[in-house]
Amino acid sequence: MAEFRLPANSRINPGKTFPAAEGAGRIRRFVVYRYDPDSGENPRTDVYEVDLDRCGAMVLDALIKIKNEVDPSLTFRRSCREGICGSCAMNIDGTNTLACIKAIDDIKGDVKIYPLPHLPVVKDLVPDLTNFYAQYASIKPWLQSRTPAPPDRERLQSRDDQHKINDPATCILCACCSTSCPSYWWNGDRYLGPAALLAAYRWIVDSRDEATGDRLDDLEDPFRLYRCHTIMNCTRTCPKNLNPAQAIAETKKLLIERRH
Amino acid sequence: MSLRSPLSRVLGLGAASDGPAHWWAQRVSAVGTALLAVWFAGGVIGTDLGDRAAVAGWVAKPLNSVLLILLVATMSYHSNLGVRVVIEDYSRGWAKVTGIVAAQFIHVVLAGVGIIAILRMAMGG
Repeated sequence: MAEFRLPANSRINPGKTFPAAEGAGRIRRFVVYRYDPDSGENPRTDVYEVDLDRCGAMVLDALIKIKNEVDPSLTFRRSCREGICGSCAMNIDGTNTLACIKAIDDIKGDVKIYPLPHLPVVKDLVPDLTNFYAQYASIKPWLQSRTPAPPDRERLQSRDDQHKINDPATCILCACCSTSCPSYWWNGDRYLGPAALLAAYRWIVDSRDEATGDRLDDLEDPFRLYRCHTIMNCTRTCPKNLNPAQAIAETKKLLIERRH
Repeated sequence: MSLRSPLSRVLGLGAASDGPAHWWAQRVSAVGTALLAVWFAGGVIGTDLGDRAAVAGWVAKPLNSVLLILLVATMSYHSNLGVRVVIEDYSRGWAKVTGIVAAQFIHVVLAGVGIIAILRMAMGG
């Protein structure tokens, strides 16, 4: 059955508060989800008071400051710090986004930070993305063509055809969209989710790809594709302003088109 | 604990080669139900249906009888398609299969009762 409440060992308790240093100017409270599976304890939310006068502008800057100066045990993923790697995807102020491009000043009140929703938590803000990556692998995200590549140049594509894949190819696989989708929460084991479906669409509409029919065959399933109920959370939350919901709708249209 | 690879779990039993027909039927039946509902509302508002005889007289008109039966049929069909999706979303295993079959049965019964009631009124029962 669908889970409407967290299991008893996943319910969140209040944690510790780490006050700002003496003489701090602009203090902001960061309420951060903490969970250590080795401790055997329930998750908790620790509160860190951060002096914004001594901190960068983005939420990731605050997290790095907390880890460096207050609590080195705080665990999170990060890499590029400019919204291109997708590592620091987390739930900030109730929305899945990238901590590195989410400005602290855009958030009113306490800054609440949780891991991406409805995934197993490895530690603190690090979710287990194994299933997410396997779903991506399942759509065969590479060019499939029976026609050999020209020996003397790359496979050509018209400007219009390139335009079709420009947006879908920009996806950084941060998992913000998939983990914002209630259908993915309830049926993430069988529903591929917006990110994998956007990637599938990127290859379906690629003019150089010759496996369009096979790709559509693989998606023609009540769960893999049709668990999308056009809730649109994916499109609303995408930190790269992509539109997975439209890609899914276009895929559904193609599946109808080939039947009539 | 399963030692199957994550990719193997995702690929599962493969694609069911199903889904577009259900999705398409849901949209077509939604449009049909909406159009018929507009006709029904207009018909009820635009007619003096003060007593049972007036209602029976309105239902007995051939076009009204046919459209009313179509309304009940499309509404039941559309509802069954939607309820099936809800059951698939929120239940697993035997509860899902039982729920889908039960919902289908209930919708057939409801449609049957509605259509027979319209026919009886149309035939002066």
